[in-house]
Amino acid sequence: MATPLKRARGLGAAHEGTETFWRQRVTAMANIPLVIFLVLSIVSHIGASYAQVKAYLANPIVAVLMLALVISAAVHMRIGLREIIEDYVHAEGCKVLALVATTFFAGLIAIASTLAIVKISLGS
Amino acid sequence: MINKLEAERPLSPHLQIYRPMLTMMMSIAHRITGFGNAVGFALLTWWLVAISIGPDAYATVDAFFLSLIGRVLLFLFTWSLIHHMLGGIRHLIWDTGHGLDKVSIEVFAWATIISSVVLTVLIWVAGYALMGGQ
Repeated sequence: MATPLKRARGLGAAHEGTETFWRQRVTAMANIPLVIFLVLSIVSHIGASYAQVKAYLANPIVAVLMLALVISAAVHMRIGLREIIEDYVHAEGCKVLALVATTFFAGLIAIASTLAIVKISLGS
Repeated sequence: MINKLEAERPLSPHLQIYRPMLTMMMSIAHRITGFGNAVGFALLTWWLVAISIGPDAYATVDAFFLSLIGRVLLFLFTWSLIHHMLGGIRHLIWDTGHGLDKVSIEVFAWATIISSVVLTVLIWVAGYALMGGQ
């Protein structure tokens, strides 16, 4: 028997459930190996030449990991930064502006990094 | 009259009321390192974009990261990443319902602080050693 419960399940008054919580956890899990990869990438390229760094990033495995990292990190940072703003910025106008700025910031990081990695990979 | 009532209504205690505790500091540190990681990713994006533009743009970024402030920022970024990662693993363990007793949370807190510092220093020492101390 179909009841209205079917429509209500998982959807409270906010019309959404635990997506944000879950997305934060999934990106957190992805970020663990990817951040280890990033830290090793940074430390192993201190003072490296342009050609060395470019060749490193052009490697398809490195490029895939780097793309996964910037996308996962951008999603994760947007959630975290919003959480900080929602807790500490109480003036409604400032809060909305800061939340929008956070989305733009995370979006810019994801898009700019992705384009850079793709451009380096394609060797243009 | 209304103002007087508003001023005297009971308020729940906030941060400044409590004696600072390690687990409280770890919670704050998790937020600060999370924010720091966002700043670090802006630097990473700058680095990636410069490499995609060409050697001249890379030279500018490289000079910045090889300067004293650049090196300090990179060191802090890697520590912040590792600290936030270890703190995050702690949260993922808590999500399963484990490690929430009073002893475990203290052990987790100390383990996070000590291992984040030790790991960061070890990684940088190894990195500089491998790169011939540049």
